Amino acid sequence: MVTLPTSGESQQWVGQPLQRREDARFLRGTGRYTDDVPHAFALHAAFVRSPIAFGVIRSIDVRPALEIPGVIAVLTSADLGHATLTGFLDRDEFIKTAMPILANERVRFVGEPLAIVIATSRYIAEDAIEAVSYEIDEFDPIVAMDDAQRTPQPIHDEAPDGVLVDLRMFNDDELEEVLATSHVVVDETFRSGRLQAAPMEGRGCLAEWIDRDDQLVVTVSTQLPHQVRTGIAQALGLAERQVRVIVPDVGGGFGFKAVLGREEVAVAAAARILRRPVRWAEDRLESLTASFQGREQEYTVRAGFTEDGVLTGLAADIRCNIGAYSAFPFTCGLEPIMAATEFLGVYKVPRYASRSRGIASNKPPSNAYRGVSRPQIVMVMEGLMDRAADRLGIDRVEIRRRNTIRAEDFPYSGPNGITYEPGSYLEALELCAAQVEAAGWRQRCEEAAPGFIRGIGIANFSERNAYGTATMGLRRMPMTPGFEVAHLAMDASGDVTLTSGTCSAGQGHETTFAQIVADRLGIAPDRIQLRQGDTDLTSFGWGTFAGRSLVIGGGAAAVAARRLAVQLREVAAQLLSVDADDVELVNGHARVRGTGASISIDEIAKTVHFRSHLLTDREEYLLESHGSADPSGMFSNGCHAALVEIDAGTCAVQVLDYLVVEDCGVIVNPLVVDGQVRGGIAQGIGATLYEEASYSPDGQPLAGSFMSYLVPTAAEMPPISIHHLETPCYQTETGVKGMGEAGTIGAPAVILSALNDALRSRDAWLEHVPVTPADIQRLLALPTKMESS
Amino acid sequence: MKPARFDYHRASTTLEAVALIDDLGEEAKFIAGGQSLVPMMNFRLARPSALIDIMHIGDLDSIQRDGDALVVGALTRHRTLETSTDPTLMGGFALLPTAARWIGHTPIRTRGTIGGSLMHADASAEWCMMARLFNAQLRLEGPRGRRTVAADDWFQGMFSTAADFNELLVEIRFTTPRQCGALAEFSRRHGDFATAAVAVAFDVVDDRLCNVGIVIGGVEGVPVRAGEAETLLEGASVGAVDVDGAARSAAAGVAPMESEPREAAYRRHLVDTLTRRAIHDALATGVQ
Repeated sequence: MVTLPTSGESQQWVGQPLQRREDARFLRGTGRYTDDVPHAFALHAAFVRSPIAFGVIRSIDVRPALEIPGVIAVLTSADLGHATLTGFLDRDEFIKTAMPILANERVRFVGEPLAIVIATSRYIAEDAIEAVSYEIDEFDPIVAMDDAQRTPQPIHDEAPDGVLVDLRMFNDDELEEVLATSHVVVDETFRSGRLQAAPMEGRGCLAEWIDRDDQLVVTVSTQLPHQVRTGIAQALGLAERQVRVIVPDVGGGFGFKAVLGREEVAVAAAARILRRPVRWAEDRLESLTASFQGREQEYTVRAGFTEDGVLTGLAADIRCNIGAYSAFPFTCGLEPIMAATEFLGVYKVPRYASRSRGIASNKPPSNAYRGVSRPQIVMVMEGLMDRAADRLGIDRVEIRRRNTIRAEDFPYSGPNGITYEPGSYLEALELCAAQVEAAGWRQRCEEAAPGFIRGIGIANFSERNAYGTATMGLRRMPMTPGFEVAHLAMDASGDVTLTSGTCSAGQGHETTFAQIVADRLGIAPDRIQLRQGDTDLTSFGWGTFAGRSLVIGGGAAAVAARRLAVQLREVAAQLLSVDADDVELVNGHARVRGTGASISIDEIAKTVHFRSHLLTDREEYLLESHGSADPSGMFSNGCHAALVEIDAGTCAVQVLDYLVVEDCGVIVNPLVVDGQVRGGIAQGIGATLYEEASYSPDGQPLAGSFMSYLVPTAAEMPPISIHHLETPCYQTETGVKGMGEAGTIGAPAVILSALNDALRSRDAWLEHVPVTPADIQRLLALPTKMESS
Repeated sequence: MKPARFDYHRASTTLEAVALIDDLGEEAKFIAGGQSLVPMMNFRLARPSALIDIMHIGDLDSIQRDGDALVVGALTRHRTLETSTDPTLMGGFALLPTAARWIGHTPIRTRGTIGGSLMHADASAEWCMMARLFNAQLRLEGPRGRRTVAADDWFQGMFSTAADFNELLVEIRFTTPRQCGALAEFSRRHGDFATAAVAVAFDVVDDRLCNVGIVIGGVEGVPVRAGEAETLLEGASVGAVDVDGAARSAAAGVAPMESEPREAAYRRHLVDTLTRRAIHDALATGVQ
């Protein structure tokens, strides 16, 4: 049980739409990203990458490359002592496989690093890449998930059938009978395409061995400073203390950097072996084809409904194409576990069984991407709702209403073993539906020009986030993420430095964390500086992912601030000769209630530092505190609606308008929340209509630049209006819930729902993303229901 | 994505540029705005031994009228053409500024040149389509002097032109002004290369269409003329244009590059739609 903050009369910074203090430098180009960090003597790394999807390495000859002037070294797996990274879950259903830092014996995807070249410039390094020769005996690659069944050669010998993880976490002996006796059973297969998160800044690092500190200092673009430290230390046989990870500004993470890549380890190893600083900045070709991908999934589901549209039970067979390796530290079990556990979303499903598999393929490994499986499970659940509504002749909003977990059901425990704390699931649905009516979308559907077809989609969903150790422990990773520890120190000027183990990738932590601390110390947010992304500066933490930073990191900061406030009040009480209980911190002052007496917090800070002899009653020196937080995890929720238009002539889809109802508990900064929602929707629209990391049947990547990997631009974005509900969650002191992924989660479901609404006269349904113009053309060419009957 | 080693030369006159390339040989290449060549070099898909920078040749950046013809210097930027809307200069070629707007994004248009685009000869490039639509004469300067190639003979295949390695494109002469014209393009994302594009131009004399040109880009390896559709429209009365017939004929006449049947069918469908829209839009420009 945590103590709630006393609101008092202190200025409430939480809830204010404060401009992000990060924006000035980001927008003016004065941010400092990994490749901006200057180093006069750094060498440049580039990787020799496999052009073959699957094969056995017979030989690698680096000698011609070494003859090129400016080439310092070319290292292969043996030079790195065959170092590996192994991301695994300690469970029977999981087969542990290692990812070599540089390919050893086999290559398993196009782009896999065979060797690292170190040269005096990246230009020379790329010349050297061309001079390295190798012989690879090719196997037939496994590209699609079904290929695994017909190829005799397994990707990993440990898993002859190609299945690296096979979870049967949820079983129900009576489900089959329930489905057999249900009024209707919707039996469908949904698919989603392979994606790449495509942050503006790709991966990159700068590594240098510093003798003075007996340390390898690695500047790296990551969401996980401490986990990168652990991984590098483990792979290179160093103590944790011997690796310092520094993270400057990060130009987008989206889960793509919630991982340790083999390249960063190879660069660190090279710096250590050569005793010279080495840097590497991924180019877009590497980023799109040789880093991490995700989202390639297939769901075969059967959902039973009563005549009234009430769900009776759901059976799901989930398959995730997890690529060639299990990523460190979140493993190839990430997508399958998330999909199986959180499938049921905001709906009451009496009976549930699922099998969830991760299948290896000759593609880059999968890792987290904003939303992790939730975009798919929401697309599936909402697709089932739409199908059932159509089959049963029930309104699409009404069938959702009948199945949604309601206020009186909380705390609700579902067959997935999760207990849901209060949310506004039905309220969000009703508000969203009302907004659709108020916005006149039905009328706008009627008003489509000849040759254009419009439809409306709706999707109601939840987003579980801020997983603490109690929940993460169930996954059985060898290290269990979840807690955060914050430190606060007020200096002699009265300015506060806050450190956190969370690590912004651009989300605005410097602004929002300061708002939380400011309220508790009675000072303005601009007096508070967040320092993050340095393993020598911050306490051990778990970085930034899954909507955890403001909830857990911010929650820890709130505790630390409350404790620092106690110290300030005690010092003020001594200096003013009053009882500390009568002192409150308001507007930069410690004020005695009921009297006019006060002392500025700046003065308190100065006294504590420079005139501590005056504070005879004080046992401690300075003004420092720490706090921690470890919530079990919580559900934000939201409801999205979209108005889309199909141009029958070009078969293009345009999202004309978009509505969001969002409930993430207490809102610390509405500008940041709205920005997260909008950015997420942009990625969701990309996933639904534009982006696909597609491969040829022989495993060659077909999307190697932004000419073929179509990230949507501002021109493709609809207007988005956002409505907020606030159902606080007091697993931490702030009442906030995480919300970074909601936009990405809702958009595919709602756009698919809208397209199926637009195409309802055709007797066919879209059940996959991305939807291409050619898909639309195929459906438009089908006879309408009226023509065929 | 760093280019392989190359030498850099800067030419200040056309003659100097031609002499340089003749001397450096086939592995050398001219560079103007570099908007296609530089990315190709970064991917190492193009590996010129030397670049001859022609952007400092002073007299190739101009738009002039010579009787009916519009004469455009090869180093004229897309952006310059986009903003050239003076009717006394552009009469009969009002489609050119409109077409320029479809080229990439503003930063690309301020660097890229019309000559560079025609030398690169991407089948979906707006200037390649315009060259065929307005029967451009492309003037080349080579070691043995000047010669002129008609747009219909310019495109030899994907990214391949009639120019020899040591010939510099210096001038594009659009010869046939037309009263009405329109360009209909489709790309999935704003600013991308066209999935398909159709340009239409014609005159209206005595309420009838004449000098009809229809060019289809992005579907085959070179921009192609829809000859049958042109014939179908030639002489048609403004009020009774067989738009359906022309669109169907244009779509039937193309041979899409895509091997995947669904994608090929989609391109054909797109040609039908875009032809339809281009004809309608072109007719509308005549009404104004």
